[in-house]
Amino acid sequence: MLEIYDKQVAFYLPYWNIPVNWTIASTWIVMVVLMIVSWLATRHLKTGKTVSHWQTAMEVIVKGIYGQINEVTKSNVMSYLPFIGTLFIFILTCNILTIIPTFKTPTASLSTTMALASMVLVGVPFFGIKNAGVKRYLKKYIEPSPAMLPFNILSEITSTGSMAVRLFGNVLSGVIIGSICMMLVPFILPLPMQVLGLFTGMIQAYIFAMLALMYVSSVHADEDGNKSAALPEKPFETDETL
Amino acid sequence: MDLVAILGAISIFTAGLTLAVGAGAVGLAEGFAVASGLTSLAQQPDEAGSISRTMFISLAIVETSAIYCFVVTMILLFANPFWQYAIEQAAK
Repeated sequence: MLEIYDKQVAFYLPYWNIPVNWTIASTWIVMVVLMIVSWLATRHLKTGKTVSHWQTAMEVIVKGIYGQINEVTKSNVMSYLPFIGTLFIFILTCNILTIIPTFKTPTASLSTTMALASMVLVGVPFFGIKNAGVKRYLKKYIEPSPAMLPFNILSEITSTGSMAVRLFGNVLSGVIIGSICMMLVPFILPLPMQVLGLFTGMIQAYIFAMLALMYVSSVHADEDGNKSAALPEKPFETDETL
Repeated sequence: MDLVAILGAISIFTAGLTLAVGAGAVGLAEGFAVASGLTSLAQQPDEAGSISRTMFISLAIVETSAIYCFVVTMILLFANPFWQYAIEQAAK
């Protein structure tokens, strides 16, 4: 009964006779949907008083993501927007497509979510070094004291791993609740459960993107744009906002 | 009782116990978090966006332990790594 999509073969590649499991197949479906929609939406981009409906929808999405990122990081928004926006839109599309019967959503498989989380794991040093320089980034690992080095490295890995397990568990629980309801009371009861699953899916897409944003923007340059130099030692923190 | 029956009984019992403890404790904790979030939302309605964003993210972080419990339960019930061993022992 457990939906292990990694072990269910969808089809065989025609020429090489390689089995393709449902996780990969449904990821390809989501990719095709996203590509067609973005091709349709960015076909006739123009400025002016009348723009197409597709372009308006795209602008709403991009501007919404821009605003959310801007609230967290306050600067450098355009450098995070492609990565965070891609994660959000991909996970959102996967979770919304669960309402289509017999669609096996790729986020209900630990392989997909682990892949997304390892993208975040690579993104942390990438954006950290890009924003603050190598020295300042590496200094983060010995921040309170050098004795914390193993724990800092461990927390880097486990925090992204827990992101993967969180997304996987939430989506999988929705799928399993749906199938159990279909077994017990297949008439009305699955409907509110599916609505709850949709809501959870949207929240999880938002949370995954936001947590990824917080992890990748956790290392930033100090206030005066001083990139790699060591921070001037302050004797004590003074709260200037009071 | 043979080994397979004992293993099945223990797996099912532990799965139920895991979900009970995990869901109960995490439900309580999330209730506290939402309660204080709503309190601060009522006190400062202007900061609604920031408060609700932080509340949702902390809820997700609190919820992680319940999700771990759920995943462990699913492993115990449907992908128990000791089934193969038990079946081999029973076949002897």
